Amino acid sequence: MSYRNNIQLTKDKKLRHFLSIEGLPRAVLNEILDTAENFSSVADQAVKKVPILRGKTIVNLFFENSTRTRTTFELAAKRLSADVLNLNISVSATSKGESLLDTLSNLEAMQSDMFVVRHAKSGAAQFIAQNAPPHISVINAGDGNHAHPTQAMLDMFTIRRHFEDFYPLKVAIVGDILHSRVARSQIHALTTLGANEVRVIAPKTLIPTDIHTLGVHVYHDLPSGLNDVDVVIILRLQKERMDGAFLPSEKEYFHTYGLTEEKLAYAKPEAIVMHPGPINRGVEIESSVADGPRSVILKQVTNGIAVRMAIMSMAMGSYSAAREGAT
Amino acid sequence: MTTYDVGAMLDDMAQQLKQLYVGQDPLMIGIHTGGVWVAEQLHAAMGLSQPLSSLNISFYRDDFTRIGMHPQVNPSVISGSVEDQPIILVDDVLYTGRTIRAALNEIFDYGRPGSIRLAVLVDRGGRELPIQADVIGKKMTLDVGEQIKLSGPTPLELSIIQSEGI
Repeated sequence: MSYRNNIQLTKDKKLRHFLSIEGLPRAVLNEILDTAENFSSVADQAVKKVPILRGKTIVNLFFENSTRTRTTFELAAKRLSADVLNLNISVSATSKGESLLDTLSNLEAMQSDMFVVRHAKSGAAQFIAQNAPPHISVINAGDGNHAHPTQAMLDMFTIRRHFEDFYPLKVAIVGDILHSRVARSQIHALTTLGANEVRVIAPKTLIPTDIHTLGVHVYHDLPSGLNDVDVVIILRLQKERMDGAFLPSEKEYFHTYGLTEEKLAYAKPEAIVMHPGPINRGVEIESSVADGPRSVILKQVTNGIAVRMAIMSMAMGSYSAAREGAT
Repeated sequence: MTTYDVGAMLDDMAQQLKQLYVGQDPLMIGIHTGGVWVAEQLHAAMGLSQPLSSLNISFYRDDFTRIGMHPQVNPSVISGSVEDQPIILVDDVLYTGRTIRAALNEIFDYGRPGSIRLAVLVDRGGRELPIQADVIGKKMTLDVGEQIKLSGPTPLELSIIQSEGI
């Protein structure tokens, strides 16, 4: 894979924007995980803050609702001592007819340093990065069905903290792969980091037909798909994206694809259970599994802060360094 | 290349520190990476009961806007509380004082220590801030083109080398 012309990286391969896992070399992903490890100790401080982004302005541009992602981005930015502006664009300027690029120009005029973008259209963050002036870094906080790279990295961080090494691991991603930007980013991250095997488990209607090109194994039933895996990632059944006839019913889905303790027994005894949230209890996962000893779902949320701190400070640092010509 | 007897320097430092903390059990904090190596030796020589703590000051540096992030996998680990504790801060080489400034700021984000003293293996002068060490293994003045090289953690070796490319 060629990393040239990749707007995510500077000439010396430092993170400049963070738009998708695809196109990032393993070294950069490892650097994110290592930096996040360092940031995780900030939570032990009485003052849970480091001064590294003092005086920087980060704008959370959310064109689509999200509570967890926006709040953890906000918390991460604040723990880096940056100033944070939260803009909920769907109810703001665009409803008054202002174009996206005009909104961005105004934010640039307010001397922002970074945009964190969540948008329902695939490619939105990339578009903004291409049109932003050179001093602004763009972080993708989820775009359409395309990518959710910070979620994938916090999942990788959670897995690495648990198992240390990706090489021996078998990972199964269960659920709505078709509509899931999370699954796509996770698959790219796991293969880049060298996981032994990545599986997707879902009904045929919820798996993209070209999925095998990403190097994953496809299963249509839980017992054989979960057999011998180390990590089970359950995806949320995205009711808001289910306008076609993808499924007979939620009850039927739970019966076949919902993770119960009984089904989890097919995985390795030390396997962990992950979910990007928010969880639909009794639809894709049974409460006793979600709250059980093998669930790391709340650790994922905590880890999301350190991982987002790492990504934001790396992207901001590479620009600063380039500007000073000191690299 | 000049090499030094690090063992004797460490013995001397441990003796001085013991006299400063008679009847007290201070918390020792080493600064990554060289400072932790020196602190490990001093910690053992003094027989301190509180586990050794370590600081990674990357996020408190004053040159982030110039050189960006330093990739390094060494999170800060402070064992227990710094609140009201007597603290011995340990680094390998004291030069401009900027690292110590950063370390002091980080420690205060963990709480309000009772006191902090600074112990360094080498004081090479060249301060840019009003910061001084309380216990010093050796004072040195380097000529242009000379560099201090510390390798470790075991054996801990200190030498002066001619820097390349100058």
